[in-house]
Amino acid sequence: MSFLNFVISGISLGSIYAIIALGYTMVYGIAKMLNFAHGDVIMVGAYVCFFAVSKYNLPPLVGVLLAVVICTLLGMTIEKLAYKPLRSATSLAVLITAIGVSYFLQNAALLLWTSNPKIFPSFFKRAGADATQAVNGVSLFGGQLRISYVTVVTIAVCLVIMVALTLFTSRTKMGKAMRACSEDKDAARLMGINVDSTISLTFAIGSGLAAIAGVLLCSAYPTLVPTTGSMPGIKAFTAAVFGGIGSIPGALLGGILLGVIEIFAKAYISTQMSDAVVFAVLIIVLLVKPAGLLGRKIHEKV
Amino acid sequence: MLLAVNNINVYYGAIHAIKGISFQVDEGEVVTLIGANGAGKTTTLDTVAGLLRSKTGEISFQGQRIDHLPAHTIVKRGLALVPEGRRVFAQMTVEENLEMGAFTRDKGDVAPALERVYELFPRLKERRRQVAGTLSGGEQQMLAMGRSLMSAPRLMMLDEPSMGLAPILVEQVFDIIASLHKAGTTILLVEQNAQMALSIADRAYVLENGQITLSGTGEELSRSEQVRKAYLGG
Repeated sequence: MSFLNFVISGISLGSIYAIIALGYTMVYGIAKMLNFAHGDVIMVGAYVCFFAVSKYNLPPLVGVLLAVVICTLLGMTIEKLAYKPLRSATSLAVLITAIGVSYFLQNAALLLWTSNPKIFPSFFKRAGADATQAVNGVSLFGGQLRISYVTVVTIAVCLVIMVALTLFTSRTKMGKAMRACSEDKDAARLMGINVDSTISLTFAIGSGLAAIAGVLLCSAYPTLVPTTGSMPGIKAFTAAVFGGIGSIPGALLGGILLGVIEIFAKAYISTQMSDAVVFAVLIIVLLVKPAGLLGRKIHEKV
Repeated sequence: MLLAVNNINVYYGAIHAIKGISFQVDEGEVVTLIGANGAGKTTTLDTVAGLLRSKTGEISFQGQRIDHLPAHTIVKRGLALVPEGRRVFAQMTVEENLEMGAFTRDKGDVAPALERVYELFPRLKERRRQVAGTLSGGEQQMLAMGRSLMSAPRLMMLDEPSMGLAPILVEQVFDIIASLHKAGTTILLVEQNAQMALSIADRAYVLENGQITLSGTGEELSRSEQVRKAYLGG
């Protein structure tokens, strides 16, 4: 049964990576840039939710919504102030700017909220049978298989987001415009699509999702510090590349696989070595499939 | 006058690509710009469409200046460009491509526009669910033209629609341009295939090294010694 337990925690961790990876992959797909500050937006989302719930005693759902709103605005602001002026700059300049924004957010958090860890409140528990004990999960097979509520919620949220985004990009006018922009910006302009506001919308969606990922991440791993977002950010970026950057299903697949591989490496190989194993797998995949698992090589007809 | 271009100068960095060009297109005309590779034909159309900026002069469409408007607002005024090389959205379906062409239109206008385009290009209707990247070159040209028609343009600019197409398809493309014109769309056509272009044009301009060196009716230019030598193979 422990094997199944590992699979489930792997999928759960992977779901968080997948939600973060979506932000990377959508922004890359449309703006052709790697927004390395994305991981730090997660951290901001987690802090906003933490203060809303723990300090101002707002209901958890309000805390999450507040985090989503603030991160959405933050993402759009970052895009407008830091990246938009660089629209025609070299990709190296944009990359360095993104790293700068990342450090800016981390240090702003350090100034505002100090490096003292905050313990993220646990939302997903209910009163136990004897009313004194909090139960935070379900037990199956006579206690052999334990699934926490956080796990269930995380996987469910990830699935809902995936379905919603897939419908958005395939069915709605704005979603299709987004795909058009990611293929050919000038052709999109000729259609009457406002490319700048489409890029802004992409940042908004990615950053809103980052806030949700931040809450889920801190619900599973409750220690919140200003660097909380950076490692999951890098892992999720890896997941996006793994699945094929620019591809939404690729982000899901890459995220889940990365989560499962990480948990398995921790369980069966070594905790310290787990990240090395994860990146080794990434290198092997990229050697065999340079565009990632679901990445498409575009064949252009002349 | 539908389109008036007055003394535009366009640069790519230090390269002076368009050197003070002026021309106009009247309602109902087919006007063509002919010239060799690198003469500035594409640059001219891209500038009118708002993708590039002129340092001087002005561009007016239906009496209103459009030279400072962002490209995405120009389509809505009734000026569409079918870009060089088709530029269809290769990973989107034929129908999605056409829907993008109608991006600026009201929801209720999309279905009738789609019907009209499918009527004109039955081939596209057959392939409506197919991904555009898998179409043949000729079909992609039809799609690019159909996509631009979806915006119901008053002036349609076509950049090298015959490029890379087999001769039979070239004729088909020109037939379609002629029928669009007959249906009331004004056409500004850029072509390397000068013979075909002049055969359907009311008026033509010859572009050389970023300057207009000659202009006249289609017939005048096809008889001109200079044009025959340079563009019509003697």
